[in-house]
Amino acid sequence: MTSLSDQSHLRPPWWRNERILKVLLQVAFVVAVLLVFGILAQNLLASMRRLGISLGFRFLGNSANFGITEGLIPYDPSESYLKALAVGAVNTLWLSAVSIVLATAMGFVLGMARLSSNWLARQLATVITEIFRNVPVLLIVIFWYQGVILTLPGVRNSLSIGGLVFINQRGVKLPGLDPSGWLVPALAIVIAAGWGIRKLLLARRPELGSRQRNLWVAAGVALLAVACWVLFPEPPVRLDVPVLERFNFRGGIQLSAEFTAMMLGLVTYTGCYIAEVVRGSFLAVPRGQWEAARAVGLSELQTFRLVIVPQALRIMIPSLNTQYLTLIKNSSLAIAVGFSDLFNISSTIINQSGRSVEMFAILMATYLTFNLVVSYGMNWLNARVKLVER
Amino acid sequence: MNGLAPLAGALALSMGLQSLPAWAQLGPLTDRIKARGELICGVNNQLPGFGNLDDQGKYVGFDIDICRAVAAALFGDPDKVRYVYLTAANRQSAIQSGEVDMISRNTTWTLTRDREWAVTFGPTTYYDGQGFMVRKSLGVEKLEDLNGATICVIAGTTTELNLADTFRARGIAFTPVTFDGDDSSFNAYEEGRCDAITSDQSALISRRASLASPDDHVILPEVISKEPLGPLVPHGDESFSDIMNWTVYALFYAEEKGITSANVDEFLKSEDPDIRRFLGQEGNLGELLGLKPDWVVNVIKAVGNYGEIFNRHLTPLGVPRGLNQPYTKGGIQYAPPFR
Repeated sequence: MTSLSDQSHLRPPWWRNERILKVLLQVAFVVAVLLVFGILAQNLLASMRRLGISLGFRFLGNSANFGITEGLIPYDPSESYLKALAVGAVNTLWLSAVSIVLATAMGFVLGMARLSSNWLARQLATVITEIFRNVPVLLIVIFWYQGVILTLPGVRNSLSIGGLVFINQRGVKLPGLDPSGWLVPALAIVIAAGWGIRKLLLARRPELGSRQRNLWVAAGVALLAVACWVLFPEPPVRLDVPVLERFNFRGGIQLSAEFTAMMLGLVTYTGCYIAEVVRGSFLAVPRGQWEAARAVGLSELQTFRLVIVPQALRIMIPSLNTQYLTLIKNSSLAIAVGFSDLFNISSTIINQSGRSVEMFAILMATYLTFNLVVSYGMNWLNARVKLVER
Repeated sequence: MNGLAPLAGALALSMGLQSLPAWAQLGPLTDRIKARGELICGVNNQLPGFGNLDDQGKYVGFDIDICRAVAAALFGDPDKVRYVYLTAANRQSAIQSGEVDMISRNTTWTLTRDREWAVTFGPTTYYDGQGFMVRKSLGVEKLEDLNGATICVIAGTTTELNLADTFRARGIAFTPVTFDGDDSSFNAYEEGRCDAITSDQSALISRRASLASPDDHVILPEVISKEPLGPLVPHGDESFSDIMNWTVYALFYAEEKGITSANVDEFLKSEDPDIRRFLGQEGNLGELLGLKPDWVVNVIKAVGNYGEIFNRHLTPLGVPRGLNQPYTKGGIQYAPPFR
């Protein structure tokens, strides 16, 4: 600014100086925001004082005293509120993770189907996406729970698939895998063998293509795995098949009715949105790319794999990120069907402890953390596939 | 509620009420309700007999009549109530935030709620206890038979805690499935999602009557808890909690004295000083509460006495009076003296 000091009479007065004005506006905005928050906090504290309620997080150490339907980590009603919250958080993560994977898969299939030249596939995909995209997600979840799962046969007359998988209104029972002490040595042998065979082939038969080499490796590994199964005193992994007892099945992996309904709801709803994202991204790749790929003699499949998908992915990722974040937030609807997610367990804690302010603070912070982590991951992916400008 | 409401309240308190004599000092909440001209009452709409909607979409039930009685005491008109449906889970925030003036929604009085919700519970209007309902076909006779069972329960209730406590103490394994409303919980039970459902005995009796085939279900004789149900109001205005308390006591007292909605006019001619004081013919009981002298007459004409309310809503469902008889008939309902 010193160079302009001798021409100061040419400069507009400070209240018309754009740079100063911009700064002032920003200051005013920050002050306004702080003022609003200050009034809100003041109001909260005043109301709490009036009711004689104190703030504090010490209550989280108190014993929860309520049961939880299901959880991936062991829990007993005598444990603390904090532990109950952890069960809920893990359930939310588990539900979201499974749903995100399945919704993405469904979205890709539906999105491709809508672009396919097959009339039936195209129409079917269109109908499915239009239905699920335009119905509120809460209704979809309740439809899956009350309309589909609860109307399945009861526990005693479960639908059985080969005596291994049982489907009834309590949920889905899958056979679990019960590892024995022999699993580790078996894995070690198999992995070492696979690596050894590959080294040998590279050294002795360099003329083989990568596909043939992989076939040889797979065959060797499969043979050894079968050998381990037969020769070891007990099999490295045993199937843990569910058995019907007085009230319910025991053993195996249980996907409860509530989890299944929630998952189906989230997958069908978000999957259809992802289908649209996928379709739009493919359409956004310029037609010239297809023509150029054909011109250099790539096959239809190669064109798709090497030219179109990489460019479509680039367009897709930011929108997919949004869909994933929405899915995680929608998972808090689990209370409608009684799945023990983070929000459901938190509302129970709010009721039993009366600490609504603290619990909502925890809830907001937790969901924010989940979503920031997902966002960060997607942004990293986005940076990886971004067009490198030269 | 905006940020200035507490301030305005404090100002009104410091200026407007100075002129009143000390015995008629009304609190901020009573003033707000009177200025508004209606009582906002948090209720249930999924529990036939206690609180639900009739064919015309009007709220009816035992708990609803408690709201109507308080409105009759305040305004002389039982219809000056706005009802707000509350789930078990959002009761606390509704009363704390001032969304409702009062809750009358089969709510159990516990020490934790009394302190943590920052509320004042009124007299117990229904002495209840937690029970279990199961399908007859399962052949369950006692709680131990439920080992390994899945049990439907409503979120945010004392029921949820008692279930965990009792089963833990007796070493019975169970899986709870928690829903946030009576409808979803009983619906899941009826569909077969749970082997048993647990709730207050009165709720089980009430909901069993509305199941598709009530005779297929049996309520186990075992009662595992005390569930004193009653109305409640927020802390901070004793004048309003007094109005709630004495309105409920008036219902008990009227039954003790044999005063009903049909014969209350006869009693107005009574020479008994006790009755005359109670009905506002003499003395200043109404004035002490900041109500009209004949407030009790309005209450009784609007909803009848406690026994009438019980017979109108609960007896048809087959709910026994049991402990909820007046103390003169072997129950434990007892009103302090009106003098």
